[in-house]
Amino acid sequence: MNAIEIRDLSKIYRLGAVSTGTISHDLNRWWYSVRGLEDPYAKIAESNARDTKGTSDYVWSLKDVNLDVKQGEILGIIGKNGAGKSTLLKILSRVTGPTKGKVTMHGRVASLLEVGTGFHPELTGRENIFLNGAILGMTKKEIRSKFDEIVSFSGVERYVDTPVKRYSSGMYVRLAFAVAAHLEPEILIVDEVLAVGDAEFQKKCIGKMKDVSDREGRTVLFVSHNLPALTSLCSRAVLMTKGNLVYSGEPKDVVSHYLNEEGNPDAIQTKWAAGANISEDHRCQLNGISFVNKELNVFNLDESIEIEIEYEILNGEDRYNLSLSLFAGDDTYILSSPSISDQWFDKPHTVGVYRTRVTLPANFLNEGDYYITLLLVQNAKHVAVEVGRAIYFKVVDDGKKRGGYYGKWSGVVRLELPWRTVKN
Amino acid sequence: MENRKEIVITANKGLFSLHLSDVWAYRDLVMLLVRRDFVANYKQTILGPLWFFLQPLLTTLMFTFLFAGMGRLGTGNIPAVLFYMCGITFWNYFAACIKINSTTFITNQSVFGKVYFPRLVIPISVTLSNLIKLAIQFLLFISIYLYFILFKEASGSPTIYLALLPLNIILLGVLGLGSGILISSLTTKYRDLNNLVDFGLQLLMYATVLFSADAYPARFKWFTVVNPLFPIIETTKLGLLGSGTFDLTAYIISILFTITTLVLGVLVFNKTEQNFMDVV
Repeated sequence: MNAIEIRDLSKIYRLGAVSTGTISHDLNRWWYSVRGLEDPYAKIAESNARDTKGTSDYVWSLKDVNLDVKQGEILGIIGKNGAGKSTLLKILSRVTGPTKGKVTMHGRVASLLEVGTGFHPELTGRENIFLNGAILGMTKKEIRSKFDEIVSFSGVERYVDTPVKRYSSGMYVRLAFAVAAHLEPEILIVDEVLAVGDAEFQKKCIGKMKDVSDREGRTVLFVSHNLPALTSLCSRAVLMTKGNLVYSGEPKDVVSHYLNEEGNPDAIQTKWAAGANISEDHRCQLNGISFVNKELNVFNLDESIEIEIEYEILNGEDRYNLSLSLFAGDDTYILSSPSISDQWFDKPHTVGVYRTRVTLPANFLNEGDYYITLLLVQNAKHVAVEVGRAIYFKVVDDGKKRGGYYGKWSGVVRLELPWRTVKN
Repeated sequence: MENRKEIVITANKGLFSLHLSDVWAYRDLVMLLVRRDFVANYKQTILGPLWFFLQPLLTTLMFTFLFAGMGRLGTGNIPAVLFYMCGITFWNYFAACIKINSTTFITNQSVFGKVYFPRLVIPISVTLSNLIKLAIQFLLFISIYLYFILFKEASGSPTIYLALLPLNIILLGVLGLGSGILISSLTTKYRDLNNLVDFGLQLLMYATVLFSADAYPARFKWFTVVNPLFPIIETTKLGLLGSGTFDLTAYIISILFTITTLVLGVLVFNKTEQNFMDVV
């Protein structure tokens, strides 16, 4: 049972100044349509390559996209900026129309391209819940019956009769998302809204979305640059490039395809909000991991990979050490490395922020995708914090040290072993 | 599957696929928007809803001073204040509807760009919330009217044409709505039109509220027939104050004009809403 069927969906955008010369183009278009011909500008539209200068003012933001989404599926959509993800969501949300093609959706659709659409700063939280709920398609009766749930989900009970212009931005987002989370559509379309809000709230939202699809058989379409969230949430993912769907499959595979496409500048560091990766006893937390002095998470074979990890002790004087595990994109466990050589290894840590650097040597890993899992260990025996897939990176082969061989180089590691032959 | 709603999106939706039932489904939103307009407008103002009264009052005084006082334009046997205020109160309703609705797409682009609901909901709610404003201003007019009757013994008195008042109000609202959304559809891409609208409305106001039919300058008499607002305002004045004449032909032309504008407006608006986000 398909919830959404997309057939040959295409959309043209006109670049540059919209107002100049459009009257003549409009008249021309009208004249073509009167004679029953196709849009004359559709023929000269180009594929939407952001980085090359085009010769035509018209580009295909989407080109012949075909996609079926099953009922109950959580589908993730990945792609670089300008790949057409948002255009696709906009068409599905009926905010804008396609140039060609057809979409059939079965069931009530709610889209969250933004949270808090239509919120009025002068109105109170209560009034905005009703207004926003109605804009998203709920009736007054539905909102009234869920009102208490919405307020308690948002956690802003105290401020419900205060104008929202007095809210902190966090409260604003919580309230807005709470309204959206209590929609009961058969199809939910979500665009990057999880980028806002603190970690605890993000967790709540992801939980809610998962709930909605598992328990109630709803369909969710989800665009995000948050790859870990996407892999853990979605049951399937598709990759978009330049207005086309290029790959579809397991989220894990699609993510590694995406990273293969090109390094992702967003991925050189992962930062976690306070409380996101905190130990159960609230004594320590991991703050982030990043590559040092890099602009892309792509490394050459002969480049060493320097990683910085930030962790924080919030309470107590326990002994700590870090440990990292390195995995290949296909989940092959390559190595684990506790910080034994570090001067702080298993030493008592007082309250404060600690930064640790560790380097994966050059000429060690083969080309391919990798990710790192981090552990913060307490008193040498207890794993206080664990973050799986903390950061991704990619090793590429620039062909310098191939000895004339251009096929696929097998193996996980690619050490340069010292070879020596003597002639007798 | 039980009767699940099916939504089909295609490139060219038909001219007449209006989805008016969708508008009905969103009636709660209409009412909430009316409420929002009312509440939000006057929060954090000192005088609050008092502005509803001040605006027509000041305009009336200006008209009385300029045209009846300095320009010595006659208003028949009706006191100039009443004559102008009656016209201005009802004119304002039409003017507010056409002006606010003519920027529907531009004012609401941030909401329209993020979520779907039948776009007609917005102009309908604007027309309704201005109706509330009209009701309040009408009460002001009535109290001033009573004052004149009780203390000034003015000669105006309601006539049988008062029965047409509800229809007149509907005509004003519908004409404002229809022409407003028509203009809003045309101005999403070419904004020049908006400047013309302000100018045209100003002229039309003088042509509509300044004279009654019998006092209309002979050279411009034809304008009382061409201007669809004139018979509506004139009939309203006739009903409330007893001044003016009722021209059935002109009145019927006004009604037909209003209906045509509404139908045309809704069709064009509906056609525009699908892709306006790409051009606005």
